[in-house]
Amino acid sequence: MTKTAQIAVTVNGEKYVEDVPVRMNLADFLRTKLGLTGTHVGCEHGVCGACTLFLDGVTARSCLTLAVQADGAQITTIEGYETVKNASDLIKNFHNRNALQCGYCTAGMLATSIEYIEQGNPADREKVKEHISGNYCRCTGYQAIVDAICTTIEERQG
Amino acid sequence: MKAPDFSYEKPTSISDVLSLLANDELDCQLLAGGQSLMPMMNFRMANPGTLVDISGVSELAGITECTDTIKIGAMVRYCELEQSTIIKTHCPLINLVLPYVAHAAIRNRGTIGGSIGLSDPAAELPAVLLALDGSIEVTSGDGVRLEPASSFFKGVYETACEPDELITKIILPKAHSQQKFGFHEVARRHGDYAMAGVCIAQDSDLSIRVAFFGVADKAIRATNVEKLLSGSASFSQDLIKDAQNATSEIEFEGDMNASPEAKQHIANVVLERALKGMK
Repeated sequence: MTKTAQIAVTVNGEKYVEDVPVRMNLADFLRTKLGLTGTHVGCEHGVCGACTLFLDGVTARSCLTLAVQADGAQITTIEGYETVKNASDLIKNFHNRNALQCGYCTAGMLATSIEYIEQGNPADREKVKEHISGNYCRCTGYQAIVDAICTTIEERQG
Repeated sequence: MKAPDFSYEKPTSISDVLSLLANDELDCQLLAGGQSLMPMMNFRMANPGTLVDISGVSELAGITECTDTIKIGAMVRYCELEQSTIIKTHCPLINLVLPYVAHAAIRNRGTIGGSIGLSDPAAELPAVLLALDGSIEVTSGDGVRLEPASSFFKGVYETACEPDELITKIILPKAHSQQKFGFHEVARRHGDYAMAGVCIAQDSDLSIRVAFFGVADKAIRATNVEKLLSGSASFSQDLIKDAQNATSEIEFEGDMNASPEAKQHIANVVLERALKGMK
């Protein structure tokens, strides 16, 4: 009967070894055990995308992943997007374009945007919209977010 | 909401998984990608005693090309299917369907075995298996058996896989160059579960399989529609009209978004679009 487990994870380049209840999800683990509160918990059933982060290099919903499932994993959260993901320009463009208001969706929106850009996708508004369709934003109407992503791609292409 | 209390096991071999499943007292539930199971647990629709995480079982990984078939390990994630050249070459219908399966972050975790084992009536992959006439390799303490997709899906979250059995592989016939495939679905938001969808496969002898999803208690073949369409190399508007009338054989079930009548209407729309897009 395993109700708690010890896990070792690397988050934004730092190693942590922690005991966790096995029913604790990865978002709650980051927020309550590690104090990394930039990852937001929205719907807790995988629909809103607010809790999206990088798990072993690819995006994942941290509300649908148990902390114990992440044992041994490399995790990157919004706290590491500038340093680990070199996404300062994207973050600056989110700011410049007013691509956030309340900021609740932003961590997940950035994760999804970074993945889109890293995969070498084009500054094509329709493709961007399709890619971020799994992330809800209730403030911006999305246009500013699409602007920020496309601007970042165009700037990086020079 | 948070998941209810449970115990957690992470076996590393099929035989270890099977011995856990054989212990009734543990009340086991298999955990693959967790992209459907975790929401169900958070909603308290599922309350297993023990979660058996099968992501560490290497025997369940990988996509293998055989002489006439492609064997896909139950733990293969959607993102691996998307990136596989074997799938691209030999299972083009899967490639047509994958962009419509949820969103990238979900496809990075969700697995083919999880989708088949859950038998969500609105999921795409059960219909893909029906259209391709695939089969499911199921393993238990008694050995390995092959269940054809046509008899695997029994109802909402119900399959021919017994509680002490484990889905180990999904087996699909390789596509021939003369085969044609069609797919279409309508969803409220790109990546959401379909309100109705259809997968179609036509063989070189022009026999055809038509599998709908999101319309009834499980993914289903529309046999009357198939009879009408079989033998035709192209689909005239009259033939499509007849096929649409034949979908009345399906016992359409409504949900929170659409009545049974609306489901039938959408099913007929996706059927027409899929037939017109066959390639």
